[in-house]
Amino acid sequence: MLSKKNLQLNDNGELHHLLAIEGLPKRIIERILDTAESFVGINEREVKVVPLLRGKSIFNIFFENSTRTRTTFEIAAKRLSADVVSLDVARSSTSKGETILDTIANLTAMHADMFVVRHSESGAPYLIAQHAAPHVHVVNAGDGRHEHPTQGLLDVFTIRRYKKDFTRLTVAIVGDVLHSRVARSQIHALTTLGVPEVRVIGPRTLLPADIERLGVRVFTSLEDGLKGVDVVTMLRLQNERMNGALLPSASEYFSRYGLTPQKLAAARPDAIVLHPGPMNRGVEIDSAVADGSQSVILPQVTYGIAVRMAVMAILAGATR
Amino acid sequence: MKIAIRRGRVVDPASAFDQVTDLFIAAGKIVSVGAAPADWHSNREINAEGFVVAPGFVDLAVHVKRGTLASEIAAAAAGGVTSMVCSPDTDPVLDEPGLVDMLRLRAQSFHATHLYPLGALTRALAGGQLAELSKLAQAGCIAFSQADRAVTDTQVLMRAMQYAATFGYAVWLQPEDIHLARNGVAHEGEVASRLGLAGIPSAAEVVALATHIELARVTGARLHVCRVSAAESVAMIRDAKARGIAVTADVSINHLHLIDIDIGHYDSNFRLSPPLRTARDRDALRAGVIDGTIDAVVSDHTPRPDDAKQLPFGEAAPGATGLEMLLSLVLRFAETAGVPLLEALGWITHRAAEAAKLSAGRIAVDHVADLCVFDPGAYRLITRAGLRSAGKNSPFIGYELPGVVRATVAGGHIGYEATA
Repeated sequence: MLSKKNLQLNDNGELHHLLAIEGLPKRIIERILDTAESFVGINEREVKVVPLLRGKSIFNIFFENSTRTRTTFEIAAKRLSADVVSLDVARSSTSKGETILDTIANLTAMHADMFVVRHSESGAPYLIAQHAAPHVHVVNAGDGRHEHPTQGLLDVFTIRRYKKDFTRLTVAIVGDVLHSRVARSQIHALTTLGVPEVRVIGPRTLLPADIERLGVRVFTSLEDGLKGVDVVTMLRLQNERMNGALLPSASEYFSRYGLTPQKLAAARPDAIVLHPGPMNRGVEIDSAVADGSQSVILPQVTYGIAVRMAVMAILAGATR
Repeated sequence: MKIAIRRGRVVDPASAFDQVTDLFIAAGKIVSVGAAPADWHSNREINAEGFVVAPGFVDLAVHVKRGTLASEIAAAAAGGVTSMVCSPDTDPVLDEPGLVDMLRLRAQSFHATHLYPLGALTRALAGGQLAELSKLAQAGCIAFSQADRAVTDTQVLMRAMQYAATFGYAVWLQPEDIHLARNGVAHEGEVASRLGLAGIPSAAEVVALATHIELARVTGARLHVCRVSAAESVAMIRDAKARGIAVTADVSINHLHLIDIDIGHYDSNFRLSPPLRTARDRDALRAGVIDGTIDAVVSDHTPRPDDAKQLPFGEAAPGATGLEMLLSLVLRFAETAGVPLLEALGWITHRAAEAAKLSAGRIAVDHVADLCVFDPGAYRLITRAGLRSAGKNSPFIGYELPGVVRATVAGGHIGYEATA
C-alpha cells in the first residue's frame, strides 16, 4: 500500500524531498529562504563556488523539455560543487518504451544522491519519490499543472527582499491559473507565510474549479482585483490556449487581462511585478511594465539560483 | 454430484427467507431446503454452522480479457460471485456471434461462475454502425452496451435504441459526455484543482444521462444506467422511474466507499472511471441504493497489470479489481449504514438479477444451485498476494474487511472452497 504520510519530511520532521509547497511547514519554508539569503552573497562573488555538495551526484531528469529551469538547477548544483548530469529524457529512453520507474532504477544504480525531476504529468515526482532508494532526494522541478515548488520559493524570496513583512501584504496572481503550477506553488507559499489576502484574477475558463477553497479571493476583473495590491504576479499564457474554446484571441485577452501601466496604476504605488518567465510581451504583459521600474522579473531569475542552491544544500543535509 | 450444506443460516433476500437449516443439492439444482429428500446420500457435506448460506452473487460489471479468463473466474468464485455480466470491450470486441460463442464456451469449461456477455451495441464499439443485435442475442448476449465508449452521434444512438426496443433488448449505457470528459482524469472540483489534475465535471455524466433517459422515453428501449457517480444523476433516475420510464441503474461498490480526497498522493489505484467524486455525491449514491433508485451494486471488476498502474496518475489506466471485495465491501457499507443483512445482499443477488433480467440470485427448490457460504463475522486483510485476480490494482489493499467466503457453489459444482 502506498503511504499517505507526508512524503516530503523524514521521521525527524526534516525536509527529505521537495515535491510541493502545499503541506510544507512554515519553519521549513523560512529556513530555505534564510539559507538562500546566505547564497545570494556567494553568487555575487568572483569565485562563485562553495564545496558543500562535493562528491554528490545530482541528476536533472527532464521528462518535459525546459532549457531555462534545467540550466538554473545545473548552475545551482555546480556552485555547490556537486557532480551534475542532465538527462533530456523527453528525447531518449522513455520514447523507447522504458518506463519512468525503469529510468529511475537505472539512475539509482549509478549512485545518484538527488533527482531533479520535471514531468508533464501532475504527481509524477510523487511516484518517483515513492519508489526511490531511501537515501535519494527528489526535487520537483515542475509537474504538470500541479506545482513548481522552487519557483514558488523564489517568488516569495523575491517578495521578502522587497516587502519584508508577509503579514501585511495583498498579492494578486493574474492569468491562466488553471494550467499554472507556478500559481499553485505561490498560493501555498504565500498562505503558509501568513499573507492575509491572496487574489487570483482571470476569466472563468482559466480559473480551476473551487479554487477559492485554496484560500484565495477570486476576481474576474483585472481593474478590481489589482486595487491596493502590493505584489502582482503575471502568469504566462501559452499560445496553445487559443486553440480550444478557452479564449477567443490573444488580443482580446490582452485587452482584458494584459498588464499595462494604466491597469497597474490601480495597485499601490510601490507595488512590484513578478513573472515566472518566459514572458509573452503584448499578451499578458506590456513591455512598458515588464521593463519598468516596478518590475522585479530579472531579480527573480538571479534569486532563483540562490533558492535552488538552498533547497539542494538543505536536502543533502550539508548546511552547517 | 449430491451436496448437503448443513446447519447454515440460509437466506433468500428475494423471499425474505432466513432460517438456520440444511440445504440439499442434486444434479445442479437445489432439491430441498430443510428436510433431506428421501433416500439422500451426499457425495459431499459442507458444514456451514455459524455461516450464512446466500444465493451466489450477481455482478453486473466485469471486464475480462481472453487471456485472463481463468484467473478472473477463479477470482469470482473466491468472491462468491456465481453470475457475472461481462462487458463487450474484450479483445476482440464482442460484436460477432462467433466471438460470443467462444467466450461462453471457454467460461463454461471452468464449471464455476456463469458468464453472461453483453454484446456490442455498435460494430467495434465505434458508434457508427449497428452490431447484429439479434444474432448476438441468439448467441447468448443478455443486453447491449458500448462499454466505456460513448456513441457520440445521437442519431445513431437513437436508432440503436429503437432497433433494440423492436426486439425487447435492453441497452446498457455508461453516461459520459466524451467532450466534457475529454482529457479529464479526476472529478472536477477542489481536489483536482489542488492536485493539478484535469477534471471530469459531474456535468459530463448528467448531460449524457439526460440524453439517454429522453431517448429511452421516446424509443421505449429499456435503459440500464451503468456506474452512476454523481448526486444529480441519482435524482434524475429517481425522477425517470417515477415517470414510468423503463430505467434501471447500478453503482460501483468503490463509489459507495471512496471519494476524490482518497486519491491522496496521486495513488493510481484510485483512478477509476467514472472518477471518484465528492462526499456529497457518495452520500447521494448511498441513499439511492438504500431507497431502491439504484437497483444493483457492482464490483466494476477491472484487473490491470502493474505496468498499467505504476505510472503518473493521469497516465495510469482507470479501474480496480473488485470481484473478491464485492461481498466484503457490501457488508461494510451495510454495517455503516445500518442496513439489515438481507436487504444488503439483495443489491448483489435478486435485485441485480432482476435489473439484468436474469433468473439468478435466488435460493428456491428447483432453482439452479448457485450459492455462497460465508462467515459474516470474520475479518480478513486484503493483500496483493491474497488476490486470485490477475489484477492486483485495488484501492482497498491494506484494508481489513468483514466477510470471509467459505465456499461457492455454481450450477451445483463447488467452484471454491476455503482451505482453513
